[in-house]
Amino acid sequence: MSENNNKIKVMHDRNMQHITLAQRLLKPLMTAGTYLFLSVMALIVLFPFYWMIISSLKTLTEYQLNIPTFWPKEIMLSNYTEAFSTGNLGRLFFNTAYVGIVSTILSLVITILTAFALARLEFKGKNALFAALLATMMIPGELFTITNYQTVNTFNWMNTYTVLIVPFLVSVFYIYLLRQNFLQIPNELYLAAKVDGTSDFKYLWKVMVPLALPTLISITILKMMGA
Amino acid sequence: MVDSKHQWKAWLYLAPAIVLLLVFTVWPILNTVRLAFLNNYNSLAAVNQEEVVTFTFGIENFRKVFNYDGFIIALRNTAVLTIVTVPVSTLLALLIAVALNSIKPLQKFFQTIFFLPYVTNSIAIGMVFAAMFNRVGVGKLITSHGIVNNIIMFFGGESINWINAGSDLVPNMIVLIIYIIWNALPFKILVLLGGLQSVNKQYYEAAKVDSTPRWRVFTKITVPLLSPMIAYVVITGFIGGFKEYSSIVGIFGDQMGPPGAKGSLNTIVGMIYDVLPKQDYGLASAAALVLFAIIFVVTMINMQVSKKRVHY
Repeated sequence: MSENNNKIKVMHDRNMQHITLAQRLLKPLMTAGTYLFLSVMALIVLFPFYWMIISSLKTLTEYQLNIPTFWPKEIMLSNYTEAFSTGNLGRLFFNTAYVGIVSTILSLVITILTAFALARLEFKGKNALFAALLATMMIPGELFTITNYQTVNTFNWMNTYTVLIVPFLVSVFYIYLLRQNFLQIPNELYLAAKVDGTSDFKYLWKVMVPLALPTLISITILKMMGA
Repeated sequence: MVDSKHQWKAWLYLAPAIVLLLVFTVWPILNTVRLAFLNNYNSLAAVNQEEVVTFTFGIENFRKVFNYDGFIIALRNTAVLTIVTVPVSTLLALLIAVALNSIKPLQKFFQTIFFLPYVTNSIAIGMVFAAMFNRVGVGKLITSHGIVNNIIMFFGGESINWINAGSDLVPNMIVLIIYIIWNALPFKILVLLGGLQSVNKQYYEAAKVDSTPRWRVFTKITVPLLSPMIAYVVITGFIGGFKEYSSIVGIFGDQMGPPGAKGSLNTIVGMIYDVLPKQDYGLASAAALVLFAIIFVVTMINMQVSKKRVHY
C-alpha cells in the first residue's frame, strides 16, 4: 500500500517538473486578462449611471459644453430642489411607494395561499390547474392589455390606485417559485402538525412561512422593484 | 393527507388567485380572440348596445393588420432587434459569468456592479442613453456632440448623427441594440452564474488532471453542463425581444422614431399601443394574436433546437 503511495508521489513529482516556464507564466496572465475583461465590462455597465449622476449635478451650460467634463466644475444641487418643487416629485414618490407597498403585501398573501394549496393540499384537478397556470406564463402580456383596459373601465376604476394594483396581483411565476420551495419542506412536519390537531391555516403561518422566508424575501424584493 | 370532504378548503386557499386570474387573464384571452374575429367591432356601439347584431365574424381584422401601414416596418424592426440582441447578449453574459465564476477576490463587488442595470427603470435609463448619443445643433453649428461622439472623435473618428433629426436607420438601430443588450445582461448573468455555481466541481478536477486546454474545458464541459440555463435564457430572450417596446420609448419617445421620422422604429407591441387610442380594438386584438402566433412559433422552434442540444 505505502509502496503504491510512493509510486504515485514519484509520478506526481515528475508531473510537476513538466510544468514549463511558459505554463507558469500563463496562469497569472489569464487571471489578469479575466480581471481586465471584467473591469472593462463593469465600466461599460456603470458609465450610464455615472453620466446620469454627474449630469444631474451640472449647470445647463456645462451640460451642453462641446467637450464634456467628466467631473462637474461646480456641484449644482439646485437641480434636485427644482425637480421636487416644479416636478411635484413628492407626490410621485408617494404614488410609487403606496402602490408598491400595498400591491406587495396583497400579492404575498395570495401567492402564499395558492402555493400552499398547490404544494400540500389534495384536491381534484390539482395537476390540471397547475399546468394551466404554467401555460399562462407563455402568453405575452400585451394580449391582456386591451380587454383589461375595457374591464377596468366598466368597473369604474379609471384613474384610481386600484387599477395599478389589482390586475397585477397574481404572478404565476412567484406561485411557481414558492410552490417549489414549499415542496422541499418535509411532509413529516405537516403530518406531525395534523396529529397534534393543528389546522392547515395555523400550520401554514407557523411552520411553512418561516421556513420559506428566504424565497418570500426575494419575491418581496422582486415585486417591490416591479411595482 | 386531507380527506376528500375537506376539498372545499383547498379551493378556499386558491380562490383569490383563481378569481383574479379569471378576470384579468382568462377572460382577456378569450375576449381578445373574440374581438379579433369580429368585423367592424366598435367599442362605443358595443357599450351603447347599438347595432350589436351587425357584428359578423370574419378575418377582416387580420387582413387589416397585414395591410396596416407600419406593419412590415414593425415586423422588420422587431425581428432585427431580436435576432441581433439575443445571441450577442447571451454570449457576453456567458463570458462574464464564466469570468466571474473563475475569480475569488472582488467577485461579490463585480457581481453587484453587473446586477445594477436590473434595478433600473428602462425608460429612465433610456433617456440617459439618449443624452449620451444626443447631438445638439446642425452642421457647422454643432454645440455639443454628445459623450459617445466625443469618445469616437478622441480616437480620430467622425461624429455620427445617432438619434437626432435626419439620422439613418442603421445608427438608430445600433443605439437601440447597445441599449437592449446593456439592459438584458444582468438577468442573463444572474441565471448563468447561478447555473455555473451549481456545476459539480469534479468535472473540472478531471479536466485538470488530463491537463485539458481552457478552451476545450469551456466548450466541452461548461457549455454542455450549462445548456439548460442557456436554453432558458435564450427562449425567454426571444420572447422578450419580440415584445420590445419600452426601450424604444425610453430613447426615442412615444413617436417611436427620430424627429421627422415618426414610427420608423416601431415594433409590433408599439403598433398595438398605436391603434388602442383609435378605439379599434378589433385591429389591436388581431395584432396581439399575430404577435402571439409569432412568439409561439419561435418558442416551439427554440424548444425543438434545445431538445437536440440541451443535456439535462
